[in-house]
This record gives sequence, C-alpha cells and structure tokens, in this order.
Amino acid sequence: MDILILLIPLSLVIVGVIAWVMLWATKSGQFDDLEGPAHSVIMDDDTPHPPQDKPTPPS
Amino acid sequence: MPDGAHYPIPFEGNTQQACCRGCQAVAQTIIDSGQGAYYTHRTALPATPREAEAELAQLGLYDLPEIQESFVRVEAEHIREAALILENIVCAACIWLNERHIAALPGVLSVEINYATRRARVRWDNSRIQLSAILKAVSDIGYIAHPFDPGRSDDIYKRERNTAIKRLAIAGLGMMQVMMYALPSYTATDMTDDIRLLMRWASLVLTIPVVLYSAWPFFIGAWRDLKRRTLGMDVPVALGVGTAFIASVYATFFGQGEVYYDSVTMFIFLLLTGRFLEMNARRRAGAAVEELVKLIPAATTRLPNWPLRDEEQVPVARLAVGDHVLVRPGETLPADGVVVDGDSAVSEAMLTGESLPVSKTIHSKVVGGSLNQASPLVVQIEKLGADTRLASIVRLLDRAQSEKPRIGQLADRAAAWFVGLLLLITVLVGIVWYVIDPSKVLWIVVSILVVTCPCALGLATPAALTTATGRLTRLGLLTTRGHALETLARATDLVFDKTGTLTQGRLSVRRVVALGGHSENEVSDIAAALEAGSEHPIARALREAATPSRSASQIRNTPGRGVEGTIGEQTYRLGSPRFAAPAHTLPEAAEGAYPNNGHESWIALAAGDALIAWFALADTPRADAPAALAALSAQGLHLHLLSGDAEGAVKATAQQLDITDWHAGALPEDKLAYVKTLQSQGRIVAMVGDGINDAPVLAGAQVSIAMGEGADVAQAAADMVMLGSRLGTLADGVALARKTQLIIRQNLGWALGYNLIAIPAAAFGYVTPWLAGIGMSVSSLLVVLNALRLTDYKPNTPVAAQPLPSPLTAPR
Repeated sequence: MDILILLIPLSLVIVGVIAWVMLWATKSGQFDDLEGPAHSVIMDDDTPHPPQDKPTPPS
Repeated sequence: MPDGAHYPIPFEGNTQQACCRGCQAVAQTIIDSGQGAYYTHRTALPATPREAEAELAQLGLYDLPEIQESFVRVEAEHIREAALILENIVCAACIWLNERHIAALPGVLSVEINYATRRARVRWDNSRIQLSAILKAVSDIGYIAHPFDPGRSDDIYKRERNTAIKRLAIAGLGMMQVMMYALPSYTATDMTDDIRLLMRWASLVLTIPVVLYSAWPFFIGAWRDLKRRTLGMDVPVALGVGTAFIASVYATFFGQGEVYYDSVTMFIFLLLTGRFLEMNARRRAGAAVEELVKLIPAATTRLPNWPLRDEEQVPVARLAVGDHVLVRPGETLPADGVVVDGDSAVSEAMLTGESLPVSKTIHSKVVGGSLNQASPLVVQIEKLGADTRLASIVRLLDRAQSEKPRIGQLADRAAAWFVGLLLLITVLVGIVWYVIDPSKVLWIVVSILVVTCPCALGLATPAALTTATGRLTRLGLLTTRGHALETLARATDLVFDKTGTLTQGRLSVRRVVALGGHSENEVSDIAAALEAGSEHPIARALREAATPSRSASQIRNTPGRGVEGTIGEQTYRLGSPRFAAPAHTLPEAAEGAYPNNGHESWIALAAGDALIAWFALADTPRADAPAALAALSAQGLHLHLLSGDAEGAVKATAQQLDITDWHAGALPEDKLAYVKTLQSQGRIVAMVGDGINDAPVLAGAQVSIAMGEGADVAQAAADMVMLGSRLGTLADGVALARKTQLIIRQNLGWALGYNLIAIPAAAFGYVTPWLAGIGMSVSSLLVVLNALRLTDYKPNTPVAAQPLPSPLTAPR
C-alpha cells in the first residue's frame, strides 16, 4: 500500500499536465471548428473552383 | 465546408470574461491568499483596474454622433434607439436583472433584451442621459454592453465558447480523478488512515480549481442576484456547491465528518455540460436573426467615377447614399438602391422566403442582403445601414423576440417566487432531517438545492418563441410583436380587408372570344405578336396568354388607344373597341361565365375592318390563393373578405375563392365595425391587409398581418408582415403558431411536473447530489431541445410544398 503515497501525488501531477494540455488546446483554437478538419482531410480538392466573377448561366 | 474553418482567434492581451470590479477584487484576494494555484496556468487575468478605467474612458466615445451613426437610430429630436449586445449573459435571470436595472435609470424610455441573441434594444432621451451612462450602468452590475455589430457578436460567442470549454475540461478532469480516489474509500476495507487522509487532501487539491474556476459563474451569478436583492437561478446552485465544499474542507482539516468532493465535482461538471449544450442550442435558436444580419457583406466594389468603370474596394461602412457600387453575380447587395445598369436575376429568398429569383433591370429597386445571381449590376445606393429594409426587418424581429407574451411573463414571475419558496422548503427539510438523522442532512439539503430547475420554467417560453419567429421569417412571415404568435394560434376568423390582397394586382386574360372562324389560339397568337415590344400591363397580359409563333412588322403604337401592325400581308389593329372596331359593340353579357360587370376590360382585335376577336382582361387571384385559402379553411378558420371595391369585382373574387362572407364597397369605418361585431361575438379576428392605408382596421383586430410586398416594412403598423407574395405563408404561419403554443405548453408542463416530482423526492432523501445535477441539466436542456424542434418544422399544409409559379420571376 505504501506505493500509493507515491502514486497519488503522481496522479495529481499527471492531471495537472493534462489540464495544461487542454487549456493550451483551447487557447490555440483546437476546438474552434470541430467539423471542418474532419472533412478537409478526406477532401482532395483537385478541381479548382470556378472563378467567382464569371456569370453563372441563368437558371 | 463551414466558412468558420480558418478564423484566427486573437487571444493575447485579451481581457477575457472580465466581469465586475467586485469579482475582480475577489479573484485578486484568492490569488493573494495563495489559493490561486490554478490561476497561474491562465494566460490572461481579469481586467486590472487600469484597463477598466481605460475602457470607461472609451465609453465616452460612444456619445459622439459620428460613432453613434452606425448603430443608433434617431427617432425624434432627443429620442434615440440603439442595439446593444450583452456579454456574460448565462441564464434568463441575467435578463431580468439587466432589464430592471437599465429601466430604472432616469431618461431611459424602454429596454428589451432578447435572451437567445443576447441583444438589447434601448430607447432613451438624449437630453437626460447619455449612452455612455447606460453602458456604464450595465458594467456596474457586472455585465458588458457593446454597441451591436455582427462581427463582434461572433467574437464574443467564440470567446464565451472557449471559456466554457476550459471550465468544462477542468471540471471533467477534476471529476474523473476525484472519483478515482473516492471509489476505493467506499469499497476498500483494509485502507489505512494515512492513505485515506492523503486521498482526501489530493481530492481537495483537485476540487479547488473545479470550484473556484469551473463553478465560478454560478457564484458570480448568485452574488449579483443577492446584491440586487432578487433570487435567481444561481442562488440555490451556489449555495449547494458552497455548502458541500466547505463541509468537506472542514472534514479534511479536522478529520471528522464526511467529504463530498466527488459529488461536488461531478455535479459541477454535469451542470456545466448542460449549460454548454444549452448555449449551443440557444445559438442555433437565435441563428435566424444572426444570419439576416450577416447577409450584408463587409466590403464592396465602389465605382467612384461612375459612369467610368474604375473600381475600388471599400468597406460597406464607408459607403454613402448616392454612391454607385458594382455587384457581381454571386455577390450580395450591400444596401438598398436602384439599378442603373445591368440586367440580372436577384434572389431575395433570405428576405422574403420566395425561392425563385426576381428579375431586375434598370430602374428596378434592389434590397440589401439579396443575392445577385445572373450578371453584374451597377446599383446606386439609396439607403444605408440602419435605414435599409433588412435593418428594419432585423429590428422588428428583435422587438418581437424580446417582447414576452402573457404566458411568458407569468412564468417569469412564477420562477422568481419559486426560488424563494425553494429556499424556505430547504431550510424546513434540513431541520426535519436534523431531528431524524443528522448525518444525512447535508447531502439532502444539497440535493434539494441542486435538483430544482427554475431555469426550465424561465426558458420555456422564450426558447420556443425565438425559434418560431426565426422559422417564420425564413418562411416569409415576419413577426413584429411578441403576442402575435400566441394570438394567431387562437384566431378563429381571418378577414382579408382588400381584394388586392388576394389578387395579383395585375391584369391577365380571362377570356378570349374568337369570331369569324378563327381559333382562340390563332387570335391570341396574333395579339401577342402585335404587343411583343410593349411594356404596358395589357400588352404583358396578352403576351403571357400565348407563345407567339409569328412576328409583326410596321408596329405603330397609339398611346391610350391601341397598336397597329402587319403580319404577313394582313394589317391588324388591337386595342380599345373604338380604336380597333368602331362599328361593333361588346359581346353580350350572357355569352360566358364572366359578365361584363365593370371590372373587366375588353380589348378588340380586327383584321383590316373585320372584327376577329375579343379579349377580356381582369385582375386574377394570386396563383396560390385557392390552395392557400382551402388550407386556411381546413385549419378551422372562418374566412371573410371586406373590400372597398365595386360589388362585381369582389363577388367574382369571392366566388372564385369560395369565400362566403364578403362585403363590397366597405369604408374603413364599416370594416372596423364589422371586425368589432365579430369580436363582440367572441371571435378572435386576424386581419390581413396592406398595412399602411388600413392602420385603424388592422389595429382593431386582435392580430394583424400586413402584406409587406414592396412597402416599407418599418411603417407597417401590423403585428406580422408578409415579406413575400406567397399567400400560402399564412397557412404555414397559423400551423407554426399553433405548434409553438403546443410546445410552450409542453415546456411549461414539463418544467412544473419535473419540479413537483423532484423536490419531494430529494426531500425524502431519494436523490443523491450527482443525480440531482443530471436531473437539473437534463431538465433545462430538454426544454431548449423541444423548442428547437420548431427550427425545421415543416407546416403540413398542401400549399407549402408546391413551388410558386410566377411569370414575373422568370429570367429573360
């Protein structure tokens, strides 16, 4: 049981590290867009978008 | 892919979530007393007094007229109205607090705050109070008010969301680890006292940041309430957390009694989760208004030397009335104006709910926020910023969403009493349990404090209303008054106060009488060919009636009389009977279903001297009128038609549309008397009119709906405004209004039912604090989610599905 005397403070330190990582992640914008990156990673955008100023054919 | 994928967040040097200086002093105390271990991890501390003072000096800037221009509307000589956005609004209680506080300032005429969008509309007398004083008053009670500007609103949301995530993360981590320590102390049998003590201390270390950082908003909220001598939703929560935490700290230090760290952290985490989800849901509910505001682009292409085509990019805020701007296809019009060059189709779907684009050419009026679709347009700006149609729509919508109907006001008052009653009950239950079993007192008291959910009661109405008005606006029915939805849902009679409301107000060919062996198609074809070049309403009607397969030459127009032209070898004359066929008289009344009753115009077509056809032209009912009225009848509404027009026209329209109660030649007084008679019979009257000429009649009805087509939306003295020309919107509106009433009732029923069951259960000791946390979170979340069902509500009316056939909107 004596090992707990080491493990409990250690767990506190780990929680502190994880908390710091979480705060850093929030601050650096990891949570800003939870959906976009998931799509962008599988979207190979090979075909360029048509330029905006060309008139689209009237519908 | 969402547009928001690459927004950088300016964070450095940001004074994030700065609340009142009181709170800041408290935070300082925490740090000074050495308990702020957590705060060292933060990159930004609450505002220092110096920064706060700088901010105050900045407030003075808002009194300058040139700065006020963009967000303040001048009503009368001294009366001003501004849109503000409030930071730090967490619960409906904050809204009451701010409303009452601002309204109490001398010189403030009215204040209304929208919970869903956090936007306030303030009217004040500029000779008695300055805007900066109002802003300062708001910051005095711990909130921050900014003049409204859509970009800022986004930033604020982003910052609030980030803070919420951080609080949630800290609470979640703390909760998990405290559980790890708690579980063995419940189950293990051979644990030594020193290990137990170590675990308690470790739990304490983990709980401190959870209580002081994650639960901070609850304490701030409760403190604010107490300072104002009101009882809000945060008071019981803060009491619950505080009691359990202090008792646990006491037990840890002195080694006697129970510790509740697991309960405290868990229920803070659950509450925060609930609030976080609610925040996102609320954001969605208010999205309709936000989207409207965002329609206006930030920058546009100005043509400074029009008619020269040199371009420059300018922010929309720098445009002036009279400027020329170039709007390319795919771009959004920055303001209201008139087309000076170009020919295009413009989609006004976001503004009117009309799905088909409207064709625009030189001299056409265009509306800011509509989308240019076909080809470039040069537009001369006529109205900017707060004067535009879009701005008035947003303003009216804001007003409607911040006005609470009776049922909502009732719920608000009930919620405030409810908290008081709850505290009393808690004390009584605490005393009783102290007598029965002192060891259980603490957690039972905490459970009661936590489990009750006055939030659900306060949220029930505004959440549903905000969602419903947003949905209605997208359907093309703008709500301008808070009570409108409630009354529309209860309406029994629908009165149309004009023939023109149901008809298109344009001519079309009703009947063709072909003479002398010609077919109807043939004569229609000839008429269309002759009128091919004219923009006269009659010409347009004739053109629409046929697809010309031949073309006419030598067309000569005699204004006011008719047109002459040659097709092949034959010369034709088309126009008034006297012009085309002087020798003939009109066909006999008995010949067809539409007698010559004075509201139809007869046009003659002659080949040489021989009369070959008669065309009867008349105003026709709107294309979707029969279906829309049938849907309204099916909804149990009794339909009436009151009109100032001649009997023939009104009768024809009424018969066509199957309206049995119609009155022709009615003066405004007659109409009002008619409405009053209906009302005296206990009917609830909804009135549909054009909104400007019929103000008294509209005001006389319980709920009034104006046809806002082309008219100035802001002037329409009606409770609701139809933005498009689709009559089916009315049926949708009634269906949605009834659904909204239903959802409000469900919400209130749920909120009351939940509390009635949960409080006794907690009082008898069946609810543990963490269960109480789940209960409360779920309860208020359910209310918001239930209201959100209205976002995508599809009215089940037959007219809703069919697209709008309108020749006007066809591209050339």
